Amino acid sequence: MHSFGYRANALLTFAVTILALICAIASFSDTLSTPTPTSNVQVLNINRFQKKPDGDDEVSLTFNISANLQSLFTWNTKQVFVFLAAEYETPKNSLNQVSLWDGIIPSKEHADFWIHTTNKYRFIDQGSNLRGRNFNLTLHWHVMPKTGKMFADKIVMTGYRLPQAYR
Amino acid sequence: MGWIGEQVDSIKSIQFRQLLTQAITLGMIVTSALIIWKGLMCVTGSESPVVVVLSGSMEPGFKRGDILFLHMSKDPIRTGEIVVFNIDGREIPIVHRVIKVHERPDTGEVDILTKGDNNPGDDRLLYARGQQWLQRQHIMGRAVGFLPYVGWVTIIMTEKPIVKYILIGALGLLVITSKE
Repeated sequence: MHSFGYRANALLTFAVTILALICAIASFSDTLSTPTPTSNVQVLNINRFQKKPDGDDEVSLTFNISANLQSLFTWNTKQVFVFLAAEYETPKNSLNQVSLWDGIIPSKEHADFWIHTTNKYRFIDQGSNLRGRNFNLTLHWHVMPKTGKMFADKIVMTGYRLPQAYR
Repeated sequence: MGWIGEQVDSIKSIQFRQLLTQAITLGMIVTSALIIWKGLMCVTGSESPVVVVLSGSMEPGFKRGDILFLHMSKDPIRTGEIVVFNIDGREIPIVHRVIKVHERPDTGEVDILTKGDNNPGDDRLLYARGQQWLQRQHIMGRAVGFLPYVGWVTIIMTEKPIVKYILIGALGLLVITSKE
């Protein structure tokens, strides 16, 4: 009854149960914090705005992002994935989300940042609907925990507009 | 003569009962594993509720050997979500992040573009020849939860099948020989 095998089995089962419980508690503890991130984005320049040979509009932007995401970090946070997406509506599509820039924040010290950049991914519409188009810039973040549930949220910044003519 | 016969009968009956108990125990283990898996399928709505990360394309978020819990809901797919998708002609599903979404107003059909966090470019090179976008039917689920390291068990078992056979053999032997 109390052979080596049984004891090893009991110990292993107990250890795994405790580990699972600790993981669950760590994941649950994330829900107790209420983050208050802030962000601001300025579009500085439209570098290029034209219709590609296949008929789709393409824009190249230069912009500033300043954000403070330090409150997202808890003891169970491995990293925060942050990205800026342009979101707009066209006659063809009820929603277009185009990621312009993204980055990985590995620790709390790097979570208060300011960056001056052009769009990392191409800003291309499906069709030719971008002239004079209003769009939102949304800063999304995706919190990756050391273990457990991932969660995401965003700040929507409205009132951006593309020019009426290609350049 | 009668005494020996009695003994033989009693031994036979004991062995038969024991064999039956062991068969039932084994059956219970297998079926309960199946119940948990199928139950997870029902709850998450995904045909494979748990996947193991096999490549480093999502590092440092997900490393090889991490386990992801998937969920498939009716909610529309948005940028930033980590989805698991199947490409026609590829056997192994891929776990990557959505970076572009274009959604039609009337039908709700979507065009999705994905990218691995650790890859320099988007996934068009991974898609089928000539495929520009993923559609809804390619998506198997979105990742909602994360557990590190546990997936190494399955990686080791698929890459070194001998380990799997030894493990299964040892477990089977344990079940057969164990007496409560």
